[in-house]
Amino acid sequence: MTEGMLMNLVRLLLYLVGMIGFAAFNAAYLTLLERKQASWMQLRRGPTEVGPWGLLQPVADGVKLMSKQLLLPRDVDVPLFLLGPIMVVVPPILCLVTIPFSETVVARNYNLGLLMIFAFGAVSTFALMLAGLASANKFSSIAAARIVAQNIAYEIPLLVIVLSLVMTTHTFNLHTIVAQQAGGFWHWNLLKLGANPLMPVAFLIYFICLLAESNRAPFDMVEAESELVAGVFTEYSGMGFGLFFIAEYVNIVVGCCLATILFLGGWHCPFGLLPGLHWFLIKMYALCVMVVWVRWSFPRTQFYGLLNLSWKYLIPLALANLLLTAVMLKLF
Amino acid sequence: MIEYFKEIVEGAYTLAVGMGITFVRMFRRRVTLDYPYKSLTMTARYRGHIELKRDETTGQPKCVVCMACQKACPSGCIKQLDGQKPEGAPRKVLTAYMLDFTTCSLCGLCVESCKFDALAFSHDYNLTSMRKEDYQTMDLLKRVGGAK
Repeated sequence: MTEGMLMNLVRLLLYLVGMIGFAAFNAAYLTLLERKQASWMQLRRGPTEVGPWGLLQPVADGVKLMSKQLLLPRDVDVPLFLLGPIMVVVPPILCLVTIPFSETVVARNYNLGLLMIFAFGAVSTFALMLAGLASANKFSSIAAARIVAQNIAYEIPLLVIVLSLVMTTHTFNLHTIVAQQAGGFWHWNLLKLGANPLMPVAFLIYFICLLAESNRAPFDMVEAESELVAGVFTEYSGMGFGLFFIAEYVNIVVGCCLATILFLGGWHCPFGLLPGLHWFLIKMYALCVMVVWVRWSFPRTQFYGLLNLSWKYLIPLALANLLLTAVMLKLF
Repeated sequence: MIEYFKEIVEGAYTLAVGMGITFVRMFRRRVTLDYPYKSLTMTARYRGHIELKRDETTGQPKCVVCMACQKACPSGCIKQLDGQKPEGAPRKVLTAYMLDFTTCSLCGLCVESCKFDALAFSHDYNLTSMRKEDYQTMDLLKRVGGAK
């Protein structure tokens, strides 16, 4: 084995461990953020018992989930039922591979990184549907059907928005997209009004689609506790259930990373000072806080309301945005 | 067409208002208490289990064993109510008062029926036990409260 190969192998392993660690840490502490922020909005205190200010609560939750029994209900499709949680959790972690956290911190800088993320995002949805169908439970089946309708509806505006963005950046390479936004915040894609005056609207549409794609309230039709018990997760227990939650939070992280990269200038500082990893993380976590904030502000919509929002408002707006971008590109 | 855009703008505006409300709430004072460490004093009209009132001067229960509360109870919660009259005493003295708290619905008929102001609702809301029997036979004589 040559030295180059060995170095490559070590690099690969380090990135693997790093990515899984990053995903697990975020999943754990975003649950705490969610519980704390929700309690603040409701004038409560949230978890305070485990560790200082409840900071070790995720550890307690994890131990509790892992120590629980994994139940296999009688009529389930066993291989699919067991495969479901794994297939849900792997794609978002894979997506992290191509995300440039800073100029130098990126596991693999693919030329088609943006496409790869959307491809794996679709697999995650597919896996949720499979888990729902394999559960042999009426609530899970309804939820599985809903997921398909919801994700078709929201994938379209999402992709159209990203398409119009790619038309202005001329590349699918995430690293290059961020590099193009160097300088102050007026260089960010969010405010690149010369290329497309509707950029802020595009960002809003992206954000709404991000909420829907990661199945967050007010679009959490997958779970819908009040109607479907726990939707797709109804028959899962212990860590099988836990994996779905890890996947949900890692999906949010991936979505927020992508929003940071596409619209908010990635690792660049708003004032041109000290670019680096910290700016990326600040922007990314600010978006995560936004996601939680939205969840605890609005009640869940009805299913037709969800579809109406997409087909009647988001898709026409996204298409108009695409058209405008094309016209602006041709004119200027 | 105008309606369509009006709907979008109005919808976005109401969503922004909603998020504004929750944002302001994040910085308000917390209203909950760290319960096991701190607790609120109960309000005067809180209905806990019933308890026997103490006579301020003698320190003995005021009860004269008239049995009115036992008759008034619709669920028969007051299981055993006994008293005896010692030599030379002006009235009967209570010797046993057993309450079955598991069937009590806190209707308060016993408290109302008492002509001697000897019964009251306690303000004790931290009751807990691992055994049902603890509340099937609550010895109120042992719990003679300080209720005024």
